[in-house]
Amino acid sequence: MSDEMINVLYFAWMREHTGTASEQIALPDGAQTVGDLMPTLMARSAGHALALKNMAAVRVAINRSHGGLKTPVAAGDEIAFFPPVTGG
Amino acid sequence: MAVRVQHDDFDVGAESRALQGPAVGAIALFVGTVRSLSEDDSVTAMTLEHYPGMTEAEISRIEDEARARWPLLGVTVVHRVGRLLAGEQIVLVAVSSAHRRAAFDAAQYMMDFLKTDAPFWKAEERGDQLSWVEARQSDNDAHAKWTQE
Repeated sequence: MSDEMINVLYFAWMREHTGTASEQIALPDGAQTVGDLMPTLMARSAGHALALKNMAAVRVAINRSHGGLKTPVAAGDEIAFFPPVTGG
Repeated sequence: MAVRVQHDDFDVGAESRALQGPAVGAIALFVGTVRSLSEDDSVTAMTLEHYPGMTEAEISRIEDEARARWPLLGVTVVHRVGRLLAGEQIVLVAVSSAHRRAAFDAAQYMMDFLKTDAPFWKAEERGDQLSWVEARQSDNDAHAKWTQE
C-alpha cells in the first residue's frame, strides 16, 4: 500500500449512498487514472458500490475541474464524484 | 466581475444599477426562481447543494468564455444555496454591454453553460418527501447548440 493520499468527495445522492461527504484514502498502488481508483472505492462499503456502480450516470472532477475516468490522478489530488448537475 | 454563491436573497434592481456605466447601453438580466409546479406534484421548497471552490471556478470560467465571444462591460452572477421556498429567486445572471445583442446572447450563453457545468444539485420537497432533481436532456441540448455554431 502506498502512503500517498488522495481526498475523495461525494455530492448529492452519492454522498447519501456512501454515507460520507469526504474521505482520505491511500492512492492504490499503480493507479494512474480515476478509473483505476474504482475497484478500491467500490470495495469500501455496500453504499459505495451502489453509488459508483453506474459510472455513466456519474460525473467526475479532478482538482475542481471536470474530468472523466481516463483523467490522470496523483497523490494530493482532490477527486469528486457527483450526479449530473441541476443548478440554475 | 462578480460571482457570488450565497444563501441570502439578492436585489435585482441594485444588481442592475451596479452594472450601469457611461459606456453601457444594454443590461440583460436573467432570474431563475423556484417553481412549485414540477411534473404533476406540488413542490413546497428545494434545497440547493454545491461544491465550494469548484462552483466559483466554473462560473468564472464560463464568464471568461462569454467575454471572449462578446464585448461585455460587466458581468454579475449570484446563485443561492441552502433551503429556498417556492417562488423564491435562485439565480441571477446580469450582463452589461454597449448594445443589446451582446448582452442578450451572453446572458443566455452563461445560463446555458451554468446549467450543465456549474456543480449545483437541487433536492425538491413535496410535503415531507425529499427527492433529488434529475438533469434534463434539454439542458444538454441548449449547451450543445453553442458548440455547433
